[in-house]
Amino acid sequence: MQEFVEFTLGGVSDGVIYAAIGLSLVLIWRATRVLNYAQGAMAMFTSYIALIVINATGNYWLGFVVALAAGLVIGGAVERVVIRPTAGKPHLNTVIVTIGLLILVEGVAGMIYGSKNRSFPTPYSIVGAKIGSFDLGQGSSPSAVFTAVAVLAAAGLLAVLFRYTSVGLRMRASAFSGTVAQLMGVRVGRITTFGWALAGFIGALAGMLVTPQTFLYPNSMDSIFVLGFTAAVIGGLDSPVGAIVGGLILGVLLNYVTGYVGSNLPELAGLALLILVLMFRPSGLFASTATRQV
Amino acid sequence: MTLARHVGLAIVGCVVLLVLSSKLDAYRQYQMAQVAATVVAVAGLTVLIGISGQLSIGHGAFMFVGGYATALLVIHLNWPLPVVIVASAVVAGLAGGIMGVAAARLRGPYLAGATLMLAVALPAVAYQWQGVFGGDQGLDFTVTTPGFLGASFQLTEWQAWVCCVALVIVFVLLANLLRSRVGRSWRALRDNETAAALAGLNVARLRVLAFVVSAACAGVAGSLLAMTMLNVTPGAFTLALSIQLLTAVVLGGLGSLVGAVWGGIILVLVPPFLTDFAASHGFSSASASVPIAGYGLVLILVMLLFPAGIQGGVRRLLGPVAPAAAGPVGAIGRRLARRLEESPGAETRQERSG
Amino acid sequence: MAAASLAVADVVAGYGSAPVLNGVSITAPPGTITAVLGANGAGKTTLLRTISGFVRARSGQVRLDELSLIRLAPDHIARAGVAHVPEGQGVITELTVEENLKLGLLLRRRAERAAALEDVYGRFAILADRRRRGAATLSGGERQILVIARALLSAPRVLLLDEPSLGLAPKIVAQVMDLVRHLRDERGLTVLLVEQNARSALSIADQGVVLNLGKVVATAAAAELAADVALRRHYLGF
Repeated sequence: MQEFVEFTLGGVSDGVIYAAIGLSLVLIWRATRVLNYAQGAMAMFTSYIALIVINATGNYWLGFVVALAAGLVIGGAVERVVIRPTAGKPHLNTVIVTIGLLILVEGVAGMIYGSKNRSFPTPYSIVGAKIGSFDLGQGSSPSAVFTAVAVLAAAGLLAVLFRYTSVGLRMRASAFSGTVAQLMGVRVGRITTFGWALAGFIGALAGMLVTPQTFLYPNSMDSIFVLGFTAAVIGGLDSPVGAIVGGLILGVLLNYVTGYVGSNLPELAGLALLILVLMFRPSGLFASTATRQV
Repeated sequence: MTLARHVGLAIVGCVVLLVLSSKLDAYRQYQMAQVAATVVAVAGLTVLIGISGQLSIGHGAFMFVGGYATALLVIHLNWPLPVVIVASAVVAGLAGGIMGVAAARLRGPYLAGATLMLAVALPAVAYQWQGVFGGDQGLDFTVTTPGFLGASFQLTEWQAWVCCVALVIVFVLLANLLRSRVGRSWRALRDNETAAALAGLNVARLRVLAFVVSAACAGVAGSLLAMTMLNVTPGAFTLALSIQLLTAVVLGGLGSLVGAVWGGIILVLVPPFLTDFAASHGFSSASASVPIAGYGLVLILVMLLFPAGIQGGVRRLLGPVAPAAAGPVGAIGRRLARRLEESPGAETRQERSG
Repeated sequence: MAAASLAVADVVAGYGSAPVLNGVSITAPPGTITAVLGANGAGKTTLLRTISGFVRARSGQVRLDELSLIRLAPDHIARAGVAHVPEGQGVITELTVEENLKLGLLLRRRAERAAALEDVYGRFAILADRRRRGAATLSGGERQILVIARALLSAPRVLLLDEPSLGLAPKIVAQVMDLVRHLRDERGLTVLLVEQNARSALSIADQGVVLNLGKVVATAAAAELAADVALRRHYLGF
């Protein structure tokens, strides 16, 4: 029983990170119909920036805030400079451009910071909670709780933004129909940039939260990205709720597999889950039915 | 007629490559083998993505299958090399078929996600059943030059030969396939799936077939690489490999067999060049990362400036000139150019949303 | 906002190699309804899309009062006060009715927004009833009313209407035409009304322009056009 609770909590803790990356991918997908393969690498980069600030000032929270701000700026800049020129060109080109960006960011990080693993600070303890002699594992630690709260709060803020503000309305209108949005005077270009900036913000948050566990090196966000992508696909790329649900399911499942079956198999389990979901719902769990185009 | 032309070209190509390989030193022969093997994989992938319109970012998984199949066959059954390569292709093709069936209804990023996960998950198999797959260390095996070449024949030259001949054979097969009904059906499928289905094409079967063919090519490539390096490890088939294959496909020019050659050459030869460049200019500590950053920058720039890849650029350059070339070589050149014209910018019609 | 004049001068525009508009000139004085008529393919829709910025004019000029619209982006033109209601589309089905309407409000001052929305609900009961429902649940006619209402919410100076009566029952068509006339009378709105249904368009218009194969073949007061039997038969089918 203790194991079950431990694995479940650990899974939620991991899952929340996948959900965050998945959420940032969904944001970008809805805004521009682009899958940003560099999302994880960008989060790695903002974590490096945070580390520099933290080491220079000794203040974790300052580094935290700087990372989030950097995520905003870098996200918006990437859309404006790298992605915008590919509009109207074949779709695969944008795929390659974001992959190129992924490779470039990892290469530049390696050039500037070197490729050795660096440890990354966490503001709260990673020691799991205990109820009597019942050890609930790392998933119950203050750090894990903070992680879950931070991601869910960010997701909640986004939901409020989308549903109740005019910026959110503009973003949704631009995502569903750029033409109609333009007809209504919406500056679709700026809105798109803003969408990418928000995604960069969430990605940076995810990076800050998970890097203490993975350590920081140029490829540290690679597997997190893959799992975040998987979470978004499982949930349906158009659905922010789907990304969160997908992330949680994935995190918990992988933890069970690692805990009960073997440590080499989580990826296979992830693949199996993905194929299983997609077989029944080719556009993800929360996909809205697409209209047939004849 | 076309088949004869293809075979004729193939023979000429073989002779040229074999002569070339005999002039190179051992390291260059090794690189030649690597390039040939990589081109095979890139060619298969460009057929899948550019001709049948399905995006896969996990083809390294099929190279993994081919490579390990080769190692296991050589170690345990000691079959002759050509048989081993074909068998590896079959095994990889089978894996491709399974993946194709599982993914038959997936489109765009959903397909990409599934193949991405495949690339990550499949090599994990090597860690799980260590007894068979050798875990982290992988499997080592030996390949010897055949007796008829004489005892002092360089192994690296033999390896280069095998890879080049395999490359030429694969190209002939692919070129014929692309010219056939299947190739036309694939293109119809890629351009407008609904219309193709309404016209009576069996969409699912065509999609799976494309996966089988491209996976078999990847399997051959994995087999050739294994045979060149004389070992297989999980570390040789990481996600990075799959991504590199994809970039080579697009850099070279989507849907173009000739483009696959460019892509393979760049993929194999540019990174070591950049590393040497960095090291010799004093970037020593970061020198491992310079080729990485450089490759990424190249990708971005090429996509923004030359959306049709290198082959697209070549076509643009040769366009006004090609018809002027007379004689059989010119005719073949024009045929090639015309055939390549059949699949420009393939992915414009690719579906974007799931 | 005060009504504005719209002047199209010698516009050449189109898609691909052959232009659809071959030198079209139209002047719509402020506070008038100009009916743009003609057979299918005459270029009426292209004309509206050129004015609203979705089609690039190759030569010629389009002016909203003094402002030249030629090189501006569509969203800029919309913000300048040109509301284009395109044919058969424009409802964002993933949003609710109210959210669609609120899109129109984005160009209004905050202080005016609530009142403007209530005004629309007062005028169009059907929208008031369905305000929280998905826009996908509306019928064709209801959607048409939604997009017109949304365009009006942005308090435009010029309204471009592309075939508003398409697919609508005659009773609804009458309501829509009534509304358009009312907008000109009460708010002094300048309207460019593209219509296949020439008869009903001319019944509320001040002037009519007939397009054929991308050229203007007749410009006259609406009453005159309606009375010109030969012209009507030849170009307008009645």
